[in-house]
Amino acid sequence: MPAAIEIHSLRKVFGEKVAVADLTLTVERGEVFGFLGPNGAGKTTAVKMLLGLIAPTSGEGKLLGLPLGDHLGRERVGFLPEHFRFHDWLTAEEFLRLHGELYRMSSDRLRQRVPELLDLVGLAPHAGKRLRTFSKGMLQRIGLAQALLNDPKLVLLDEPTSGLDPVGRRLVRDIIHDLREGGTTVFLNSHLLSEVEITCDRVAFIKHGVVLRTSILQELVEGELTVEVRARGLTSEVLSGLSRWSPGVRADGEHLSLTLAGEADLPDINRYLVERGVDVYSLSPQNISLEDLFIQIVGTDGGL
Amino acid sequence: MRTTLVIARLTFREAARRKILLAAVALGVIFLVVYAIGFYYVNKDLSTSGNAGLIERSEIRNFFMMAGLYVVNFLCVMMAVLTSVDTLSGEIASGTIHTLVAKPVQRWEIVVGKALGFSGMLTLYVLLMGGGVVAVVYLLGGYQAPNVLRGLSLMWLNVILLLNVSLLGGATLSTLANGVLVFGMYGIAFLGGWIEQVGSLVQNQTAVNIGIISSLIIPSEAIWRRAAYEMQSPLVQALGFSPFSSGSVPSLFMIAYAIVYAAIALLLAIRQFRLRDL
Repeated sequence: MPAAIEIHSLRKVFGEKVAVADLTLTVERGEVFGFLGPNGAGKTTAVKMLLGLIAPTSGEGKLLGLPLGDHLGRERVGFLPEHFRFHDWLTAEEFLRLHGELYRMSSDRLRQRVPELLDLVGLAPHAGKRLRTFSKGMLQRIGLAQALLNDPKLVLLDEPTSGLDPVGRRLVRDIIHDLREGGTTVFLNSHLLSEVEITCDRVAFIKHGVVLRTSILQELVEGELTVEVRARGLTSEVLSGLSRWSPGVRADGEHLSLTLAGEADLPDINRYLVERGVDVYSLSPQNISLEDLFIQIVGTDGGL
Repeated sequence: MRTTLVIARLTFREAARRKILLAAVALGVIFLVVYAIGFYYVNKDLSTSGNAGLIERSEIRNFFMMAGLYVVNFLCVMMAVLTSVDTLSGEIASGTIHTLVAKPVQRWEIVVGKALGFSGMLTLYVLLMGGGVVAVVYLLGGYQAPNVLRGLSLMWLNVILLLNVSLLGGATLSTLANGVLVFGMYGIAFLGGWIEQVGSLVQNQTAVNIGIISSLIIPSEAIWRRAAYEMQSPLVQALGFSPFSSGSVPSLFMIAYAIVYAAIALLLAIRQFRLRDL
């Protein structure tokens, strides 16, 4: 079975502005994939290229095995755009019906599927109301329902939780969880890192339209850790000896901060310090948060 | 094909929901009522006064009908442009197009669907308004102009032409720029038509040529003048001048040109929309 998303050297230039420089990425079937980057990193442009809304300047790719831009490739793809603007003179039910028809679903199937989805996103009581009267959160819910109409194999969500209250966010998280259980691939474009931390299997960090790093989230978060040490009697000789475990040693008086590849090194470091006559008062490992990692990889300039 | 129909229906439904249809039909009916009342009194005088001969009477009835159709033509053109000027550019600007295009649909299906929806709506409008004027004159005055069907068909062609040009503009430009462009072109053709008309009256070939060239920019006014020529009374045709037509009658070649023009405009609209980054 071909990968859900496979792109090679995708590039998009608008006039003089390079929106996406060189994007190469593979998302396997069944993954929940987080696409992270600062504002203006080219995330939305990348998603639009995947869906054929924007033609790449160069490069190529496949969506569920079909070339980008082929409309048949989007048959089983759901999409929730970032700025979800819909035909607001339609009622919620009509809106889902319309989009189901665009998926070429039969009317029998729609009769069953539309109420199902309204129920799933908690909008069943509002089925007959026009979208014009909906709050931002309700619009996002109906947008999400629209993306799930045709039992998609791949769902692309562009900032799906940005307008939602905590209840709505929980709903999105639960839906993503259910999709994963059902084997659906989810491509999540987000800068809400806590959200990504909870839901994603794998993440890519992008900046200026280039993937800086792709990592399995579990390894990332469990792997790297920082250790805060409080000790007296630290000499520069002792400090330089620590570099065998940690490339980045920061010392400030009694305080010492180390970045380690894993916690297996902790006893060795403690032994090393004690053997050299250092008085260790505390040694506390801290798992690195996705936010720290994001800043570390992407930088603090926000990609400007 | 199914997608095209879904989009056509959506277009129709949008016009209905946003009360565009209601406004158009309500005002159309008011127009026809006012027109009928006016015609009723003119016709009554005409029938009772002994001064007017039989030929004169039918000339006046024909004139009255042409005046009505002249306004209808203008209203239809306005309808064609105003309803469609925003449909592509507006959806692109607001982003409602994103969820449509991200579906398993092809871009041309969206353009053709919209064209189909608007064409249907405008056809009904031309029938209501143009047919209404013709019916009022026939029912109240007992007068039937020549070649009514041909004339109304040409008016319909005019509407489709402007619709397609407005779709092409909408696929390329912003709503405002599109409106300025289409009405600007229409204005040039309108002015050119009058220059040609007066030119033919004073027999100035340069003025006639200016008119023909402006009709090549957009043949909308030329189609109307051909429609007016078709429905004119034989006497006016022979005399060769009335406010609605002229001695310089747009040729059938110009009509063929208009048909090709409309078709190419739609094809270009599809092409532009297909190539556009959304």
